[in-house]
Amino acid sequence: MREITYRQALNEALAEELERDPNVFLMGEEVAEYNGAYKVSQGLLERFGPRRIIDTPISENGFAGLGVGAAMVGLRPIIEFMTFSFSLVAFDQVVNNAPNMFTMSGGQFNIPITFRGPNGPAHQLGATHSHATENLYASVPGLKVCTPATPRDAKGLLKTAVRDNNPVLVLEAELLYSSKGTVEPPDEELLIPLGKAEVKREGSDVSIICYAQTVPLALKVAAQLEEEDISAEIVDLRSIKPLDEKAIFDSVAKTHRVVIVEQDHPFCGVGAEVCYRIQKSVFDELDAPIIRVSQEDVPMPYNERLEKAVLPNADKLIAAVKKVCYA
Amino acid sequence: MTAMQLGEQRDEVEMLSLMLLIRRFEERASQQYQAQKIGGFCHLYIGQEAVVAGAVAAVRDDDYIITAYRDHAHALARGTSANACMAELFGKETGCSRGLGGSMHFFNRQNHMYGGHAIVAAHVPLAVGLAFAIKYRDEDRVTLCFFGDGAINQGSFHEALNLAALYKLPIVFICENNLFAMGTSVKRSTSLKQIVDRAEGYDIPGEIVDGMNFREVRDKIAEIVSSIRKESHPAFVEVRTYRYRGHSMSDPASYRTKQELEKYRLDDPITRLRAQLTREGKLTHEQFDLLDKRAKETVLASVKFAEESPQPPLDKLYDYTYANGANS
Repeated sequence: MREITYRQALNEALAEELERDPNVFLMGEEVAEYNGAYKVSQGLLERFGPRRIIDTPISENGFAGLGVGAAMVGLRPIIEFMTFSFSLVAFDQVVNNAPNMFTMSGGQFNIPITFRGPNGPAHQLGATHSHATENLYASVPGLKVCTPATPRDAKGLLKTAVRDNNPVLVLEAELLYSSKGTVEPPDEELLIPLGKAEVKREGSDVSIICYAQTVPLALKVAAQLEEEDISAEIVDLRSIKPLDEKAIFDSVAKTHRVVIVEQDHPFCGVGAEVCYRIQKSVFDELDAPIIRVSQEDVPMPYNERLEKAVLPNADKLIAAVKKVCYA
Repeated sequence: MTAMQLGEQRDEVEMLSLMLLIRRFEERASQQYQAQKIGGFCHLYIGQEAVVAGAVAAVRDDDYIITAYRDHAHALARGTSANACMAELFGKETGCSRGLGGSMHFFNRQNHMYGGHAIVAAHVPLAVGLAFAIKYRDEDRVTLCFFGDGAINQGSFHEALNLAALYKLPIVFICENNLFAMGTSVKRSTSLKQIVDRAEGYDIPGEIVDGMNFREVRDKIAEIVSSIRKESHPAFVEVRTYRYRGHSMSDPASYRTKQELEKYRLDDPITRLRAQLTREGKLTHEQFDLLDKRAKETVLASVKFAEESPQPPLDKLYDYTYANGANS
């Protein structure tokens, strides 16, 4: 095993899939000559040429729709949104065209497309550039949504997404691009299935269910809680849709106490769905009500202190854990 | 190959027959809608038949076509049976989209008819994607993208035209200008004096064509397509046409005068092509009557077929949300 960054892991995934399948191409703003706004596509233009690594004008609806059309005739586009906040300009293509085509055509046209890019609040970007879109997209039948938190998951999930025959959104964590982690060597095929959560840390007192940017937060908090003799199990969802119910229920059956820490908003957020499913299926396993830690229900303020107050943080998460543990 | 040679590949009597089939199909759909056999929205093509007939006569069967929600005619023109079309309107499993699409979402993959799209102008980027795929694979094909005059003020239309011009894609944008976007006239919706000028803004060559004249539509599009096959580029055609019925079945079209409608009816595309063929000795009155009789019979049979077809099974409700597996 070797250590690489989340950004490098994504870059490797793109390069390997482009190399493997001539139907795969990468399209988006600044992906080619600029090497990617976040340098995820660094070097790909040089390696694969302008036919397959394609710069677009600032026309999210246009190029997202172009991708869906190309997918109708069997190409496998990877469409990069500079951030998923901008995907809202292409909402109609992502929500109305990509996932509906298979149903509307009576199964004649599946859409093997990957939409990817950074998602979730970063640092002082203000309300328009801080959207966490996972709950919006996960509520749409026909879409799949994954949210890698580590370099290994980023590589394995992106490669799987490209090979899937349906529209898949790979919501990358903007704040984690430079984070490092161990990943299999490049000559070893790394595919991580959609819909499989991973226990990132074993524990026995409480399950902290998390994904994307809340995974490192949960791991940090788990280490702190250890010192207070609270053993937290960290369940990284990795995919929001399909959702790995079994992994969640197994952990609940083990710890009987649950905190969900999510990066989206509380109203109809991912945690609401997870919470519903737990109480519906394994109600008797619970020893305490489930608590959710999410963003505050406000548009993201620019001010740094206020932004911190909006986001989930260690203090909020520790308080929630102690509450469910009656500690 | 000249435009005329290309056009002559399709028998004009056959194309007249298609136009008759479209008209009789739409008339019968209207009746079945009123009888509540058809649900949802239903937009009829009556009056516009020469546009799609002329366009498909100008291209090959494996060229791509895609359109908006007034799509019954485009499916028929691409060889989708009246049975499959009517069954789709009835929501039956034998429909061209298995009863899951409805009037606005007709598809025929085998015959390269890529929908049937109901959000105004949202399919124009899809069409550009089809054309992108043609160029990506270096194929000898073109894409015909049909849309109405209402589409030209939507952002996705503009983004798509710019992309097509930027990447020099093999696509003909065919604006079926029937003068009204639902109840709003072009004059009330569009700042330009003529729609074709939209193309100029993207450095795309544009033409105006009389959409009531089958031969003019066919020859102009054949000429454009011939140029695109030589060197890939987008083109734009404003086809001036008229729908005799309202925007949809629920629209009495009170925003226009009877006189205006009558004026266009006098210029009917079917009557016109019939007269041209009769004058040239290529069609007798008896032959025309026979064609019309056949069209009516085909359509009547399609109603019976649709009525007798099974409903899509409830236990397959979840079968068409996700495609299985990974095929590459």
